Amino acid sequence: MLRILKYSFFDLTRSWWNLVYFAFFLLVTFSLLYLSSDLSNAMISLMNIITILIPLVGTLFGVMHYYNSKEFTELLLAQPIKRKDIFLGQYLGLAVSLSAGFIVGLCVPFFMYGIFHSELFSQFIYLLATGILLTFTFSSISFLIALNNNNKMKGFALALVFWLFMAIVYDGLFLLLLVQFDEYPLEKFALGVSLFNPIDLSRVIIMLKLDIAALLGYTGAVFKLFFGSYTGVILSFSMLFVWSVAPILVTLKVASKKDF
Amino acid sequence: MIQLLNLYKNFGKTRVLEDVNVLLKEGRITAVLGPNGSGKTTLIKTILGLVKADKGQVKVSDLVINGCWEYRKDIDYLSQIARFPDNLKVVELINMIKDFRPQETRENYLIDLFELRPSLGKKLGELSGGTRQKVNIVVTLMFDSKYLILDEPTVGLDPVALLRLKDFIRDERKRGKTILITTHIINLVNELAEDIIFLLEGKVYFQGTIEEMIKLGKSDDLERVIAEILTNGKEG
Repeated sequence: MLRILKYSFFDLTRSWWNLVYFAFFLLVTFSLLYLSSDLSNAMISLMNIITILIPLVGTLFGVMHYYNSKEFTELLLAQPIKRKDIFLGQYLGLAVSLSAGFIVGLCVPFFMYGIFHSELFSQFIYLLATGILLTFTFSSISFLIALNNNNKMKGFALALVFWLFMAIVYDGLFLLLLVQFDEYPLEKFALGVSLFNPIDLSRVIIMLKLDIAALLGYTGAVFKLFFGSYTGVILSFSMLFVWSVAPILVTLKVASKKDF
Repeated sequence: MIQLLNLYKNFGKTRVLEDVNVLLKEGRITAVLGPNGSGKTTLIKTILGLVKADKGQVKVSDLVINGCWEYRKDIDYLSQIARFPDNLKVVELINMIKDFRPQETRENYLIDLFELRPSLGKKLGELSGGTRQKVNIVVTLMFDSKYLILDEPTVGLDPVALLRLKDFIRDERKRGKTILITTHIINLVNELAEDIIFLLEGKVYFQGTIEEMIKLGKSDDLERVIAEILTNGKEG
């Protein structure tokens, strides 16, 4: 498995798209850090970019990588290698190379800015961690979608619909429900609903760490009470971790039964 | 010896293989023939474990392969379509596949045979279709395994490379390898194969030597006999 990961990683880190991805984060982070007067504001802008763009890129790269390497996967499947190792290696190669682009693109400007000496250092680590977990989550879900759809167009469309749902529609529905039932105490419900969307979850974690939860009013206070607590942090990160691991476990199960 | 016993496979509602019983004799070249969609590639993929049969058994060297993967070290499989990771160099791909299979290799012999040395440093995404097929030949046939499975091996090859591939297959036969080829080029079958498996709509229509197959038709030319079978099959 590690061998497949290694070669997959080498192939992908050399791809033009990965370089663009890295350059984008480098440029945006530099601009936000040096053009914005307040570090906290720069981080909020970065959070907005990370929680939308990383899931989108993870989704697109996941399906693209699966379909592009389909014939090569068949060649690997004809070798004396376990199926599980092939798919796990290819997926990790993708997720690790995307994460590497993101990490380096973010770390270089932040280190030059002197984040080590800033009081917002722990918030920076949260930003980094959620970005990595979102990369793993969305590339594995799109891998799973592509594996289940031999038709490329259908695979792409489904993966994009999933991203659209999680990034935009979910919040809309959520808001609609809150407005509709605003006479009821919905804080616990809102809290629960956030746990089931990795994008919302990441956003809430970072916002609470940046101490801007007050903007959210009473719900924000309930969120802060929960996510700010030790159990809250553990639970929310565990949930994000489940989001990033569960789809690949299902993928491996599906792949073990699939005909190629 | 490779043996398929009472093999059935459906893709959705389409029956692709139906009660297939096949025996590939040791040390012989067998050609799998049949029109498009007759189940040739599925048959090969079932031997390799890429496609899982609904019913029946596949035996490779007397081992029933259900779910195993280790037996594939005895098989060199050349697939029909060659596509590799675009950003790896040819030499990196060769080393990578070698890395996966710690077996004796003979890549240098094949690289020289197909004149690939000038392309070793190039990225795979930059290669022409024919050169990619040559790379495919090197990475899949370098292991000197007991069984060779070649799915449309001549696609995209120039005349010189084609000639060398045919000589290579003959040499392998002399060295005692068991070889399975699928192709639509009857000349290639006439030149190389000894046995034929003819598939029609997922069933084995004929299995035997070329001479026996020719006796099935009115003509003494294999190509015409096949055309005759296909026309009669369609009419029937």
